[in-house]
Amino acid sequence: MTDTPLVIAGKSFTSRFLLGTGKFKNKQDLADSIAASESEIVTVALRRIDLERHEENILEYVPAHVTLLTNTSGARNAQEAVRIARLAKASGCGNWVKIEVINDSKYLLPDNHETIKATEILAAEGFVVLPYISPDLYAARALVKAGAATVMPLGSFIGSNQGLKTKEFIQVLINEIDLPIVVDAGIGAPSQAAEAMEMGAAAVLANTAIATAQDPAVLAHAFALAVKAGRMAYLSGLPLQHPVAKASSPLTGFLYNDVPAN
Amino acid sequence: MTSLQIKKILNDNDHKTVEALAQQAAQLTRRQFGRTISLYGPLYLSNFCSSHCTYCGFHSQNKIQRLKLEPAQYRKEMQFIHAQGIRNILMLTGESYKHTPVSYLKEAAQIASEYFQGIALEVHPMQTDEYKELFAAGVDGIAVYQETYDRKRYSEVHLSGYKKDYDFRYATPHRAAEAGMRQISLGILLGLSDPSEDLFALYQHLRELERSFPGVEYSVSFPRLRTVKAETLASCDVDDIQFVKIIALTRILFPRVGINLSTREEPQLRDHLLEIGITRMSAGSNTSVGGYTLLEESSQDPQFDIKDERSVDEIVKLLKSRDFDPVFTDWRHIENSL
Repeated sequence: MTDTPLVIAGKSFTSRFLLGTGKFKNKQDLADSIAASESEIVTVALRRIDLERHEENILEYVPAHVTLLTNTSGARNAQEAVRIARLAKASGCGNWVKIEVINDSKYLLPDNHETIKATEILAAEGFVVLPYISPDLYAARALVKAGAATVMPLGSFIGSNQGLKTKEFIQVLINEIDLPIVVDAGIGAPSQAAEAMEMGAAAVLANTAIATAQDPAVLAHAFALAVKAGRMAYLSGLPLQHPVAKASSPLTGFLYNDVPAN
Repeated sequence: MTSLQIKKILNDNDHKTVEALAQQAAQLTRRQFGRTISLYGPLYLSNFCSSHCTYCGFHSQNKIQRLKLEPAQYRKEMQFIHAQGIRNILMLTGESYKHTPVSYLKEAAQIASEYFQGIALEVHPMQTDEYKELFAAGVDGIAVYQETYDRKRYSEVHLSGYKKDYDFRYATPHRAAEAGMRQISLGILLGLSDPSEDLFALYQHLRELERSFPGVEYSVSFPRLRTVKAETLASCDVDDIQFVKIIALTRILFPRVGINLSTREEPQLRDHLLEIGITRMSAGSNTSVGGYTLLEESSQDPQFDIKDERSVDEIVKLLKSRDFDPVFTDWRHIENSL
């Protein structure tokens, strides 16, 4: 079965798995995981990039063929996210930015309203903007209008490994939004990534599960396979996709069957 | 959790309880922070102090050499700390509005921003407008410890000066948060008073702040009362087992909160605590004014005696050997405005 590539802002990707780079116990594990995950997009927090220190500079571990998606981790409002994105670009990190605006250090839930504002400003400046949101149809529509390149709804609390707690809401975005839906946050196991892909998500992003696994590269590879499997299942037209049940004993057949009533 | 429940846990010396708490805390720490430890360097700018706190080596009645670094001097200290790889700095002073006014701290912050990505202050409590000025000058974090939440004990150990005002100090993190600070660090000085009462009150303080200012990254510190030039000052000891339980319990109740560990602790204990709940530590620390580049060790008057004198390189090596990634930068300077 042939698949079309994932296209974001006119750029094509074979892999539908994005990797986050936080929480790894060392940079080598990260490099091995990027390779094993086959990811072509990795996200790095600007706050963690130390351009001065060669050995500690996380960018040294991201291969050249991989698209760098700088994220605005630490931003508490639109204004700060915009400043971080501009600083990233000025530091040579490119113009792909994942907007993360979080003004709650306990739950780490994204602020959709501020995210939309930041997306509007940065998209107008020519950034490729991938905003991270709580799955909400109105927010997603506003992001389309604001010029976002994708919409990245959270599956569950970031770092929780709880999987698709917001499944129904993500399904609404998949059904209604004409941008790639990339499921981000809370994906704790390959089976959950596969589930998101089976639903029709365009891609999945994971980080904590892999970074904190005993053998990160092995789990990264398992995620790559699961995302492929989930995608194949979706393309196969698996029966789960049809929410309207096909009953084996029709309830309304009597209207059309030429059966004489007793 | 009530203070009675905390007391019960702190007094329960069953090894299984301690181990179970530590395991749960370790798991939560790894999930929230991975195997990373943020590093920062302390820089003592001044030891002039108008407060008399009975436990502190800098207090106003103590006959020590009083020093305040001038910009050219602290620049030299900053260059030294920066050259060691440190990118987050905590600048400290004694509590003296007169000697280290906002204008002095602002200049220090502006110069620090040439070398460091994260700038925090541990100085005398100030008003909201003063914190706003400092925030605009590049300060992102404030550390202010209540030391003890027991009012009676508080007035016994804080004999004079600004620090005597319990309520003004208690509301300091609120004022700093209102001014826009990103990181706020609270703490109790273990050994001053009943640790379970203090811990309970600290947790309440933290909850209040989380409710009012959810966007702030909070961290907590649990310095244990130490000797100053070998003089013992503690009134009630918190032993290592209790200390481990305090770290673990804090992690379990506040999974996202940073926990600092200072060089006051012995290296061996520091190394074990990394596994349980610590997320930040100082490295290459010197607790004397001018201690990095300006003064010979024999003429230094430290705020407290350091137990862990390992250099930044040694700490980094140790972290790596224990499968931790040392984090030097966890913020990037952006123009601060509200």
